[in-house]
Amino acid sequence: MRKFLLGLAATTALVSPAFAEMLDLEKDELTFGFIKLTDMAPLAVAYEQGYFFDEGLFVTLEAQANWKVLLDGVIDGKLDGAHMLAGQPLAATIGFGTEAHIITPFSMDLNGNGITVSNEVWEQMKPNIPADAEGKPIHPISAKALAPVVETYKNAGKPFNMGMVFPVSTHNYELRYWLAAGGLHPGYYSKDNISGQIGADVLLSVTPPPQMPATLEAGTIHGYCVGEPWNQQAVFKGIGVPVITDYELWKNNPEKVFGITAEFAEQYPNTTLAVTKALIRAAMWLDENENANRMDAVEMLSRPEYVGADAEVIAASMTGTFEYEKGDKREVPDFNVFFRYNASYPFYSDAVWYLTQMRRWGQIGEPKLDSWYDEVARDVYKPAIYLEAARMLVDEGLANEADFPWDSDGYKAPTPAADVIDGIAYDGKSPNAYLDSLPIGLKGDQVVVGTELKG
Amino acid sequence: MTTADPNFTETADREARRARLFTRINAADKWFQVLGLTWLTPMLRAAAGDNPRAQAKEVWRLLAVPLLAIAAFLLLWGVLAPRVQTSLGAVPGPAQVWEEAVNLHQDAQAKAVKRAEFQAKVDQLNARLIASGREPKDRAYTGAPSYYQQIWTSIQTVFFGFLLATVVAVPLGILAGLSPTANAGLNPLIQIFKPVSPLAWLPIVTMIVSALAATEGGLFPKSFIISAVTVTLCSLWPTLINTALGVASIDKDLVNVSKVLKMNTRTKISKLVLPSALPLIFTGLRLSLGVGWMVLIAAEMLAQNPGLGKFVWDEFQNGSSSSLAKIMVAVLTIGIIGFLLDRVMFALQSLFTFTNNR
Repeated sequence: MRKFLLGLAATTALVSPAFAEMLDLEKDELTFGFIKLTDMAPLAVAYEQGYFFDEGLFVTLEAQANWKVLLDGVIDGKLDGAHMLAGQPLAATIGFGTEAHIITPFSMDLNGNGITVSNEVWEQMKPNIPADAEGKPIHPISAKALAPVVETYKNAGKPFNMGMVFPVSTHNYELRYWLAAGGLHPGYYSKDNISGQIGADVLLSVTPPPQMPATLEAGTIHGYCVGEPWNQQAVFKGIGVPVITDYELWKNNPEKVFGITAEFAEQYPNTTLAVTKALIRAAMWLDENENANRMDAVEMLSRPEYVGADAEVIAASMTGTFEYEKGDKREVPDFNVFFRYNASYPFYSDAVWYLTQMRRWGQIGEPKLDSWYDEVARDVYKPAIYLEAARMLVDEGLANEADFPWDSDGYKAPTPAADVIDGIAYDGKSPNAYLDSLPIGLKGDQVVVGTELKG
Repeated sequence: MTTADPNFTETADREARRARLFTRINAADKWFQVLGLTWLTPMLRAAAGDNPRAQAKEVWRLLAVPLLAIAAFLLLWGVLAPRVQTSLGAVPGPAQVWEEAVNLHQDAQAKAVKRAEFQAKVDQLNARLIASGREPKDRAYTGAPSYYQQIWTSIQTVFFGFLLATVVAVPLGILAGLSPTANAGLNPLIQIFKPVSPLAWLPIVTMIVSALAATEGGLFPKSFIISAVTVTLCSLWPTLINTALGVASIDKDLVNVSKVLKMNTRTKISKLVLPSALPLIFTGLRLSLGVGWMVLIAAEMLAQNPGLGKFVWDEFQNGSSSSLAKIMVAVLTIGIIGFLLDRVMFALQSLFTFTNNR
């Protein structure tokens, strides 16, 4: 804090009219990684709209091959920061996978994912889904409609495979949540077996997002959970049908975060603030005037160096419509939310939800106290940096005071039952009680040993 | 014709001029061969009056037939392509590929504009820094490279790898050629490592380069070094083998000469071995460059060196409706550049060798 004040005092003498209050940056040439998904938009916007430049930052954005390469890049310093799955900083900090203390001062977006199944599976699911007066399937579609299909496959001796993008990805947890809510078991992890398929009705495996439509087409998987534009891409190419978006699964659920190593934040506090400021401005621009700038964002994202998919495929979800079956377009105005509903504030309750899901499926092997969840959340999510950056933006007149939750204790109000597909409310302050209330999954003191549950 | 012919001197002069012209055309033919323009020679000869009918046959063989073959290929492609429907749309025909080539060119121009704007902004910033008494800083461009820059990166990488390969292979080849013991020692290693694919070398090279070059930065980016080293490992074998062969098959008489003159090793190598072995060494170099160019594309795809290989991989990942056409543009570019590289090597080869058997 002192260093920041000294730096600020030193640079007030150098304030020039064209640049916003320029912090004394420790490191101004940065490389950020991202995966080709629609929700890397805040990074692209911050670069293209000049928000990074305004802060004095020279940023190179590099697409990464997959989530593992991205995480390794941040951990070993090749990347200064990256577009990350919300679970990655948490898993890295608690030591599931490569251990490293990664923190996040900025949440990149809410929602943005969908679950798609292949055409064959959809044909078999359709009879199980109640239709409305016009014959269109009633949404949200529960995994109960999928259960008979999985039975058929099991009886024929064929495994039912589905894809997700990373063992600690939001998609993994959302897919599992949806399957469990429909009575299907997605499998446990144990200390010795991290395939996540112990006792599973549906076998889940990892595929990088851009390769998912191809893998679905090839028949290696029968469905997947992934972020946009890869669900709409499947519809566009006629190889699959999205059955549910995560907006319908849990309204306004947390999705991606911007992750940096704890060392980076310690060594370069001003740089971290500058980056957060630029990203907040980008998020504001994306949601400005009821999403008025979304089409410009779509044009940006369709460039080959960013997402590269066709603009019309990206435009669907970015402008608030989502096509399920071919021709069945529905309004989902908040499919991608970047700033509204405090989407960019890193809430502790979001971190705790991911930790509960990690515990639910056995990635966290032992039972933990509620206080442990709170501690880890505070270790990884840094709303203090976010609010400091927001305060600076408000002082410079670039943001509104009213848009930020200054007084929040870091926990959102408990999610009402109506906002979740299976009606189970979530209160971030009582993670163990929440775990006990979920039908399928580890509860209380249960542990997975070999292929059995104990405790 | 007798000397009483009033036009004798004129006719004689004309004949002499013609003879000189033909000599010049024959000399130029050597260069036309290097540039791949062999069909010009018969045309020039026909224009100079040398048996037009026979020259017409040559022109047909050297120019018209290849052109017809290319035209037939394009026609076949254009007809068959739309019949195959992939999930990215129909397979692009020549027209779409041309369109995408034009798009890439326009995109490169747009990127050049952006680069200029970036530089202007940086200059502005630097001016401000100077005005407030701080040091101006030189900034590398942070945006994406254009297609032409990617081509240039690929060419740089392949030449770097190729030079490394030459520096390693030629001395080893000379050693193996001169000494049967060394040959016996090197031979098993060569035979085992020769068939290894670049994709198998890549993880090993990546690990080693990452370990040795602990910090990021330095003269070359890591991905450049990884790609270049992979090219080296795969392309040094033709040069090595051909050099060894060339050195081993020096005329026995010449070797005896060196013994009689009591030449030391250095003189022997520079005055005797290298010049005699040059034709085969150059054959090896030409083969190596060809192999290296092929290997480079695969190595770049995986090492993410910002060249043509990465371009193809990124387009594949993007899966947009223009991706397949862009990949085809890249394929044609790779082919054309490979052809040009081969021509360059051929030119060098004909510069340095005078006959084929020495």
